Amino acid sequence: MAITVKVMERPLGEVSYVRATLKGLALTLKHLVDPHRVTIQYPEEKWDLSPRWRGTHRMLTTEDGSAKCVACGLCPTVCPANCIKLVPGEDEAGNRYPLVFEIDEFRCIFCGYCQEVCPEEAIHMGRHYENAEFNRARFVYDLERLTAQTHPVSELWDPAHPRGE
Amino acid sequence: MTPLDPNQLPPSAFVFLIATVVKMLAIFTLYMVVVAYTTLAERKVSAWIQDRHGPNRVGPWGLFQVLADGVKNFMKEETMPGDVNKPLFILAPALAFTTAMIAWAVIPFGAPMPTPWGRIDLVVANMPIGFLYVLAITSLGVYGIVLAGWSSNNKYALLGGLRSSAQMISYEIAMGMSTVCVLLMAGNVSLTAIVAQQQATNYNIVLISVAAFIFLVSAFAETNRVPFDLPEAESELIAGYHAEYSGMKFSMFFIAEYANVITASAMFVTLFLGGWDIPFTTWDNTGQATVLKSLATFAMFAFKLYSFVFFFIWIRWTLPRFRYDQLMSLGWKLMLPTALAYIVIVASAVLALDASGIARTSRLFWMAMGAMNLVLVMILFVILDRGRVISPASSRLQRADVQRLRAATDARSTLSPGETH
Repeated sequence: MAITVKVMERPLGEVSYVRATLKGLALTLKHLVDPHRVTIQYPEEKWDLSPRWRGTHRMLTTEDGSAKCVACGLCPTVCPANCIKLVPGEDEAGNRYPLVFEIDEFRCIFCGYCQEVCPEEAIHMGRHYENAEFNRARFVYDLERLTAQTHPVSELWDPAHPRGE
Repeated sequence: MTPLDPNQLPPSAFVFLIATVVKMLAIFTLYMVVVAYTTLAERKVSAWIQDRHGPNRVGPWGLFQVLADGVKNFMKEETMPGDVNKPLFILAPALAFTTAMIAWAVIPFGAPMPTPWGRIDLVVANMPIGFLYVLAITSLGVYGIVLAGWSSNNKYALLGGLRSSAQMISYEIAMGMSTVCVLLMAGNVSLTAIVAQQQATNYNIVLISVAAFIFLVSAFAETNRVPFDLPEAESELIAGYHAEYSGMKFSMFFIAEYANVITASAMFVTLFLGGWDIPFTTWDNTGQATVLKSLATFAMFAFKLYSFVFFFIWIRWTLPRFRYDQLMSLGWKLMLPTALAYIVIVASAVLALDASGIARTSRLFWMAMGAMNLVLVMILFVILDRGRVISPASSRLQRADVQRLRAATDARSTLSPGETH
């Protein structure tokens, strides 16, 4: 069998060119004079982030300004992307603290497990998205930078919340 | 009605020379600015139609966007693809740009301005050959596009150039034929005379509406604008004839496109909408010429022109592109015969009205022509609306014929007995 080309039969009785053109012109004019603009003018206006938005990390601090982290090692253990580098230290009183705490934000997959697992509520995902830098090295956030950041932090999933399910 | 200011003398040769140079510079500057801002207007109107904001970052409401674009285009690297025909590759944008520019020279844009040194016509070159010059120059514009397509050594560019030449030549005929009706009305091809005729009777869009419609459609095709932008159809030909161009050379094609839009609008306004005449008053074209009248008529011309440019933009962001065979069938099977038939109708009507002693300037003349046109336009639109002329070839086949053709094809391709796959 040869391939038969399907010939569409046009409904010539119902087609319209002039009327359809005028209808189209009326529609575009309607939008021209009464625009329904939904564009957000980015640098001036910003999108409201969800309370559970997971952006780049932030380390919360105690009243004296030091990191809340006790270097328990849970977050590097749970991290599926292996992006947290933690070297624990201990002071004279026997309190553990992080000597080195670095998060490679390029490796991070923003799953939020580190925040969920943290017993001290120290490391948090941030509600933040403006992360541009001029070089790659700047994307490894060290402890100083993580504590210095001030943007709001992400909330954990709360099953009790009406919208939590 | 008396023509404007018959007593004031035309200027001396020296003043004429100076005035022409001043007019050239002024018009060129104004034209470039208007072209630049038309690109902004297009982007703004398209944005508003699509519920967006459009360019709004450079300056207040994005008004300096055109400067930014200009600087960007000048700073950009100009690439020269391998194996291009260099002289033609460089010549093509210049040709497109120049022809788009110089077509403007004959368009009158205001009432004559009285000066202490004599009367200055507000037209760069008041040529007696008028719109014939415009038709000649706009048809030169096709060379820019064809040469760009040819010299680029790119199959898409070549196809764009080919389409463009076919399209522009086809629609030029319909356009020329529609202007014959204007000639029948004015008895002159000089654009100044055509404006004067429209002031004396009524606007040509009332007198010869069908010709105005044909001119309008042809103007869209001539300027390669949607719905006839086949030469640069992005979805099929990348960017068509200017696919290989970059930097300022590309920009020159872009400027040429908008310059063509403005020239086509100016031609439509002059031929069919009374040019610089202010409607519903004879204040502007009788009695003593004053500077105020010149300025007012210039403003009126700019207003009419820009309304029409807006119409171009509005159409562009409303209609989809025609298919190539639809474009050709519309041009050759509908526009051209209609234009030819309309010339006969208008000529007969004018002859009949003249023979029955109705003066061209009388109210009865334009009312009779207008009534005739109303009927003709309605008939034309009803025919167009049914889409039989623009529909593809297959849809015009009878159902029985389609089945017969299919049966014939099947019979031809049936395998002979014993042959198997």
